[in-house]
Amino acid sequence: METRTTDLAPVGKRSPQREAVAENLQYLTFNLAGESYGVDILKVQEIRGWMPVTKVPNAPVFIRGVMNLRGAIVPVVDLRLRFGLESVEYTKTTVVIVVTVHADQGDRVIGMVVDGVSDVLNINNASDIKEAPNFGSSVSTEFINGLVALDSGMVMLLDVDRLLSVEEMFSLETIRNSNARAIAHAS
Amino acid sequence: MAIDIGQFVQTFFDESLEGLDVMEAGLLALSPGAADLEQINTIFRAAHSIKGGSGTFGFSEVTGFTHAMETLLDKMREGSLVVTAETVNTLLESVDCLREMLVSLREKADIDDAQAENLRIRLLSLLEQKETATGAAKEESAAPSLTSPAAEIIGWRIEFLPHPQLMHSGNDPVRIFRELSTLGELTAQADCSCLPRLAEMNPEDCYLSWQLELHSDASHEAVAEVFAWVEDECELHIEPLAAPMPATPPKAQEAAASADKPEAPTASTDETRQGELVLERRKIGDRRQNERRASAAAADSGSIRVSIDKVDSVINLVGELVTTQSMLGALGADFEMSRLDKLHEALDQLDRNTRDLQEHVMRIRMLPVSSVFSRFSRIVHDVSGKLGKQVELIINGEQTEIDKTVIEKIGDPLVHLVRNSLDHGLEPPEERLRQDKPETGKIMLDAYHKSGSIFIEVGDDGRGLDREALLRKGLENGLLKPGEDYSDEQIYELIFHPGLSTAKQISDVSGRGVGMDVVRRNIQDVGGNIQIASERGHGTKITICLPLTLAILDGQLVTVGQDCYIIPLLSIIESVQARNEMINRVAGKNELFRFRGEHLPVVRLYELFGAQGAVTDLEKGLLVVVEADGRQVGLFVDDLLGQQQVSIKSLEKNFRRVPGIAGATILGDGRVGLILDISGLIRINPAM
Amino acid sequence: MATILVVDDSASMRQMVEFTLKEAGHQVIVAEDGQVALNIAQGASADLVITDVNMPNMDGITLIKELRALPAYKFTPILTLTTESTTEKKMEGKGAGATGWIVKPFNPEKLLATVNKVLG
Repeated sequence: METRTTDLAPVGKRSPQREAVAENLQYLTFNLAGESYGVDILKVQEIRGWMPVTKVPNAPVFIRGVMNLRGAIVPVVDLRLRFGLESVEYTKTTVVIVVTVHADQGDRVIGMVVDGVSDVLNINNASDIKEAPNFGSSVSTEFINGLVALDSGMVMLLDVDRLLSVEEMFSLETIRNSNARAIAHAS
Repeated sequence: MAIDIGQFVQTFFDESLEGLDVMEAGLLALSPGAADLEQINTIFRAAHSIKGGSGTFGFSEVTGFTHAMETLLDKMREGSLVVTAETVNTLLESVDCLREMLVSLREKADIDDAQAENLRIRLLSLLEQKETATGAAKEESAAPSLTSPAAEIIGWRIEFLPHPQLMHSGNDPVRIFRELSTLGELTAQADCSCLPRLAEMNPEDCYLSWQLELHSDASHEAVAEVFAWVEDECELHIEPLAAPMPATPPKAQEAAASADKPEAPTASTDETRQGELVLERRKIGDRRQNERRASAAAADSGSIRVSIDKVDSVINLVGELVTTQSMLGALGADFEMSRLDKLHEALDQLDRNTRDLQEHVMRIRMLPVSSVFSRFSRIVHDVSGKLGKQVELIINGEQTEIDKTVIEKIGDPLVHLVRNSLDHGLEPPEERLRQDKPETGKIMLDAYHKSGSIFIEVGDDGRGLDREALLRKGLENGLLKPGEDYSDEQIYELIFHPGLSTAKQISDVSGRGVGMDVVRRNIQDVGGNIQIASERGHGTKITICLPLTLAILDGQLVTVGQDCYIIPLLSIIESVQARNEMINRVAGKNELFRFRGEHLPVVRLYELFGAQGAVTDLEKGLLVVVEADGRQVGLFVDDLLGQQQVSIKSLEKNFRRVPGIAGATILGDGRVGLILDISGLIRINPAM
Repeated sequence: MATILVVDDSASMRQMVEFTLKEAGHQVIVAEDGQVALNIAQGASADLVITDVNMPNMDGITLIKELRALPAYKFTPILTLTTESTTEKKMEGKGAGATGWIVKPFNPEKLLATVNKVLG
């Protein structure tokens, strides 16, 4: 995996979440339905290929089940379904990014299924991160910490603590929305 | 050499708190009027040790307090003080007070001086009662006050005539002279006149006596102190060597000499002074609140005391495992099909070793249930006194071992159950007599292992549950429907319903209707269940069934569509192939199937869990009859796979609690299997 | 350096006495009651025995009597650890054959001073 550095001049104002943060941030970027996302590399525990998981009864559709991560039981979330996107067959490039999610009850380890990993993005200057505008992306901006503009396009930096919060995922609204979308896709 | 004894203080606290438990248990076992001497001795010893240690570690408040307890116990031991309910109760209160003092000291918090002093006075008054009663008041004869002027003393003349046996106590005149010489200039003159002829001499005896002169400014006491150990083994005269003074009778001079040094520190004044200092220091210390009970805190701590036997057995098993491993290694190094038998044999052995090892490792976590049961003597004693009931507590099986985590969780529920029995179960003595029952009620606590589970029973021979009252309540609350036929079990179940209490009067002992639901929840949280048996007028028995351990479970693997679940083997009664004629479908209601003369609800797991591709025809799958909380249902599954022991993993750590699922495990192929929570399933099943 | 047998059912006492004596360069054998101490004494000699009086299984008084019956312990100094400063209690040990006593509470300095006095 090649590492590259943004060559952009500082633009825009700093993301509120990234204020006063030391320089040289690293993000693991990945693809999902043709869009590029990034997740703070410090949150990433490991990347593994897709392996069948055990279904959990009565969980929202985007929770594919639980897997065995060296003896620990780890839930796996399909990020496409989490964002209400159309699901696809899993392929050889389909990977599970295992991340640490901070929660009040203590840190949780959760896997997220994405279409494929791209590379590691180095951001030397926190001001390179722009605040996410409320644009027409399929992902609601509440899960986006900020944007980075690259030559190749935009990278959306995900707030996995919120996106993968178990409480959030089990909130009635989330389940209703994702089920409605799943039904819409199926028809 | 300065030695810091602070490092042993923790040990002192630990052993003292244990000692208090011993005292408490002993006191509770004492029957007033006819006390067992050995029992009193044990209590006395515990008090004595605490007193000794507290003095050494500078906790003079404790020393003073335990001294009063010890004195009282000593009189009880001698038989000069009759053991009454009052003395026992006061001593029990003192045990509590002492426990609080020790915890406060350990936490460096303030101790409740007023309470301790109050109790100490009560202890002393018990002693006085005894003394005035027997008229055996012993008063230390006051030292005669002598006003004769002190003469100028330049030393001492000592006449030392040892008894022949002096050396038999390990004493040695030379040692004494050596010590005297540290006080000043010593001259000694031996008197050999008593020396027998060699043939008659016993080399172990002492035949000499001495005239000693010590030129020193040491006090009479200091000199006498040197001879303290041999006081009873010699004739001793210590006379002052005065400068130009007329000779006075030795007795008076002796007295004069000691009167001369009134400030000479004695053990007791020394103690109090040290005590004051300690007290002041404690008062400056932080003011954290006292812990209620020290032993409770100890039980919650993360460490565990394991007997060396348990550790040794694990080590032995590891040894066997290593042997098996090397056997397998050798086989694998140059394996040929002809040695297949050997391979099977070695694998069997490995299987056995692993199982044994697992079992023994689990045992390390096991503690005898006595750690929970022991507190009931006290509770029964206190509560029965408060309620004016006479109660005999019968404890059985206290050596039964249970997983430490389970023990920690069942303590409070058990206390609740025992209090309930005391308060609501047992009748007051007059009522019992009216019903031809013995005046003294019984509370039975029992623990035992049965078929891989632990059973704990709390029983009483009281009035039993009032079925009619419960039925009425249930109907009033809409929990039961009028006109239906309910079994006793179904009606007794109601006591677990929040807010339902049939006690006519609410007492401060067992509170208002809250509780039994919490009791059941706590038991279920550790994978157990609870059942009630009761007979009007004869008593109630509550049986708690608990898993041996929380970490390992014997499971039956079943398939539902593409999914695999684990049913705890303990909850399975039988698996049956359903035939249509067994099934009874009530329109719009749940399906029932006939099993051993009863109609049990069918729970279609694939429906409950939303599984895809499962068998839906009841005749094509299997019904696993399971039981929890006294209720049975048939779980409909596709098929049974094997049985295996599984280690239980938390689903909640990274995820959340899932209704109907007790936890997860890793199956042989590395995939995750979910373990069914039978009582949870029965609860969430809409058909129930 | 002397070999000292320390007998006390209180772990904190044992630890304290053991530590103090070891710091002073002595070899220390500990026992938690009279019976254990007697078993040890039947197999090993000591230059000094320090024993508590009130102990389960075998109390200090019985231990002293038993020790005095062993040839190796006939003249060995034996000190009792007593919380009582009354003559009566001190003499209880003496009557059984003890050499002397150490009154609790004591501090390490007092303990060492007494031990040195006996060992010379």
